Amino acid sequence: MASRLAWGLAVVFAASAPFWMSGYHLYQGAQVLIYAIALLGLNLLTGYNGQLSLGHGAFFAIGGYGASILIVKLGLPYYVAIPLASAVCFVAGFLFGFPALRFGGLYLALATFALAVATPQLLAFKRLDFLTGGSEGLHVPKPGPLLGLPLSVDQSVYWLCLAVAIALFAIAANLLRGRVGRALVAIRDHPIAAESMGVDAALYKTICFGISAFYAGVAGGLDAIAVGFVSPESFGLALSLAFLVGIVIGGLASLGGVIFGALFIEFVPNYADQLTVYFGENAKALPGAVYGVMMIAMMAVAPMGIAGLFRSLAQRLRKA
Amino acid sequence: MVELLHQLSSGLALGGVYAITALALVMIFQATQLVNFAQGEMAMFSTYVAWALLQNGWNYWPAFAFTVALSFVGGVVIERAIVRPFAHAPILASVIVFIGLGFIFNALAGFFFGYTVQSFDTPFNGRPWFGAKFMSAHESGAIVVSLIVLALVFAFFRFTPLGLAMRAAAQNPASARLVGVRVGWMLALGWGLAAAIGAIAGMMAAPIVYLDPNMMGGILLYAFAGAVLGGIDNPWGAVLGGFTVGVVENLLGAYVVGTEVKLSVALIIIVGVLVAKPSGLFGRRIVARV
Amino acid sequence: MSALLSVRGLKAFYGPIEALHGVDFEVEQGGVTALLGANGAGKTTTLRALSAMIRREGVIEFRGEPMRARAPEDVARLGVAHVPDGRGTFTDLTVEENLKLGAYIRRDRAKVKTDFERVFGYFPRLAERLRQQAGTLSGGEQQMLAISRALLLAPSLLLLDEPSFGLAPLVVAEIFRILRQINQSEGVSILIVEQNANLALDLATRAYVLETGRVVVGGAAVDIRADDSVRRAYLGY
Repeated sequence: MASRLAWGLAVVFAASAPFWMSGYHLYQGAQVLIYAIALLGLNLLTGYNGQLSLGHGAFFAIGGYGASILIVKLGLPYYVAIPLASAVCFVAGFLFGFPALRFGGLYLALATFALAVATPQLLAFKRLDFLTGGSEGLHVPKPGPLLGLPLSVDQSVYWLCLAVAIALFAIAANLLRGRVGRALVAIRDHPIAAESMGVDAALYKTICFGISAFYAGVAGGLDAIAVGFVSPESFGLALSLAFLVGIVIGGLASLGGVIFGALFIEFVPNYADQLTVYFGENAKALPGAVYGVMMIAMMAVAPMGIAGLFRSLAQRLRKA
Repeated sequence: MVELLHQLSSGLALGGVYAITALALVMIFQATQLVNFAQGEMAMFSTYVAWALLQNGWNYWPAFAFTVALSFVGGVVIERAIVRPFAHAPILASVIVFIGLGFIFNALAGFFFGYTVQSFDTPFNGRPWFGAKFMSAHESGAIVVSLIVLALVFAFFRFTPLGLAMRAAAQNPASARLVGVRVGWMLALGWGLAAAIGAIAGMMAAPIVYLDPNMMGGILLYAFAGAVLGGIDNPWGAVLGGFTVGVVENLLGAYVVGTEVKLSVALIIIVGVLVAKPSGLFGRRIVARV
Repeated sequence: MSALLSVRGLKAFYGPIEALHGVDFEVEQGGVTALLGANGAGKTTTLRALSAMIRREGVIEFRGEPMRARAPEDVARLGVAHVPDGRGTFTDLTVEENLKLGAYIRRDRAKVKTDFERVFGYFPRLAERLRQQAGTLSGGEQQMLAISRALLLAPSLLLLDEPSFGLAPLVVAEIFRILRQINQSEGVSILIVEQNANLALDLATRAYVLETGRVVVGGAAVDIRADDSVRRAYLGY
């Protein structure tokens, strides 16, 4: 009950933001929502199903580039382009999930790491220049006013992201509450028992990979129209690892946690940038240092992330 | 033809770097069933230490030796202080800790040494020791250094009691402890060795790929590919895999896919091997009777 | 005869679960003590607790002093060699390397060399297979290897966990003949865990019967052997 209230307040708060925030801050808000969607997808895979992906930036890239190409080259509207590109991500994730079955655990981490490192080069591949714009990237027109209302571009993008995020959260929550959620967790915790109870682990794992990639793809597509630009360098290993940081900080297997994670990976680099004033150029190192220390610290003291900390705090308060 | 031989030999030079990096990865894998994702960043940081020493007027080989020694100590300390507490944690937690370590070393390098790309000295000047027509002096030197490292590591594990104890600890820790092997220290020693080997790999690679905080990303990926190709539980398979990846990557880059997408060669090798033959080309089948 | 090893109120735990509930027994200097009992009685657990492989509580006196060693590697350094269940073979290493590991903690090289010869005298078959991968040995050979590895530690106490397990009767007879020789001519004290009570009581000077983590009967091996009711109730023959 309390958590439903918290969610409700969060939604009202988030929805009202365009009335009292503007310009750049609203843009940052949209970024947080976009990251939250991507983290949600990764958390479905890693947190709930126990499959480690170090390469979700690649699916984010497919979503972003896919949507951009459809919009720029085929003239499709974004509300057609993004779902189409995300569907492609689902298929790509599903297909990547197949070999992943055979080499779970550590090998999956290796394969997805390779995917993350190779992605920028693949996006800049010369023979696909006519589609991707090569290393230059692609400019994407920003969407017009939402539903024909008298809104600024930033407001439109923000509310669009919020609406999509709410829908995708609701879908994920529903999925996890039922049989599917129990199966995913059972596969993570007791793979053999799950199999013997008739859970088709292979199917669940590949579909989970597909759904997870779909979420990353939606986020990538929204990111492309929010930023108005895609380029290979923005989809490298750093992005994939930032997603991992996000779910670790927010909390593995936590829906609410991804919001903390998204805030974290959006604002930590931002604040670090401001510190360059004091520390010079080398302050660029700060987000990495914070990420690294936080990841190790989280694993040591709070494997369930910030959301987990809140939960245990709440339980303690209730008992007291 | 000359061009082909040239590509082949420079493939071997980087291949040597991949091979010893893969060997370091496999050493840790054999002992813990884990792959150290921070291996590359640790090596990069070691290389910066050597660079700083050289900048301060040290001669090459003393700087080299000091860096290797310091990296060894660093590896031991990291194992004891940061890796050890997660020994019984799930794989997921360990991988996250390794990635965290990688972030930290990357940040440290950026903070102390900056993000500007630096050139890195080579001790090998003048005429190449062999293959003069096809490779640079540094490439021939790097190949020789890699081979020396491999020979030393082989001799250490094969002929010294400590090397034997490390193999025993990796293979059957419970039994090793019963004969008095301090298994915990063997793991720390393994990390020290891996870090020292990584430092050498970094110092051999830096004159070729140049020094910056992200220089080891690609190298680590190729080393992964080499280790997976050769069999991640087989040190000599991984070494062979590393050399193979070096040559294949260079040839495909030069003649087939173009240098701009060379990294995807590693991706294809990793996914391909894992799909077709997950144990790698030389993954061992242990013969055991009861 | 004085006690080499004296154990009082030994408790042992697997995680939070208490598996031994206060066990008392002794191994005499130069003697052989047998721990008998059915599967799951706590025999192997007792050996593991002695070697500090699992968490333990209670008093363990070795050579008249409390055993302070907290880890298996420290227990080994006190001169306690443990042949674990499953033999603990380093399957990927050669026979020779397995044996070298037995002497890993020793610094008296000359003595180690003569100990190698002595071990080959007991088990000539190992000498023929020095370069072979230990995992390719037969079960009997692996048991011989495990005992040899333990002897190369130059122990004053040898812990043996079911040396007869899974072996053909002829091989078992040979191994027990050699164990007797090791005990009698070298003065190595032995604590042996066996399901095959008859065999163990033949070798032992003292014996204890364990049941669900407790000692139910203990005493001189000859008395245990002679006691029909004990034999029927606990040893099942």
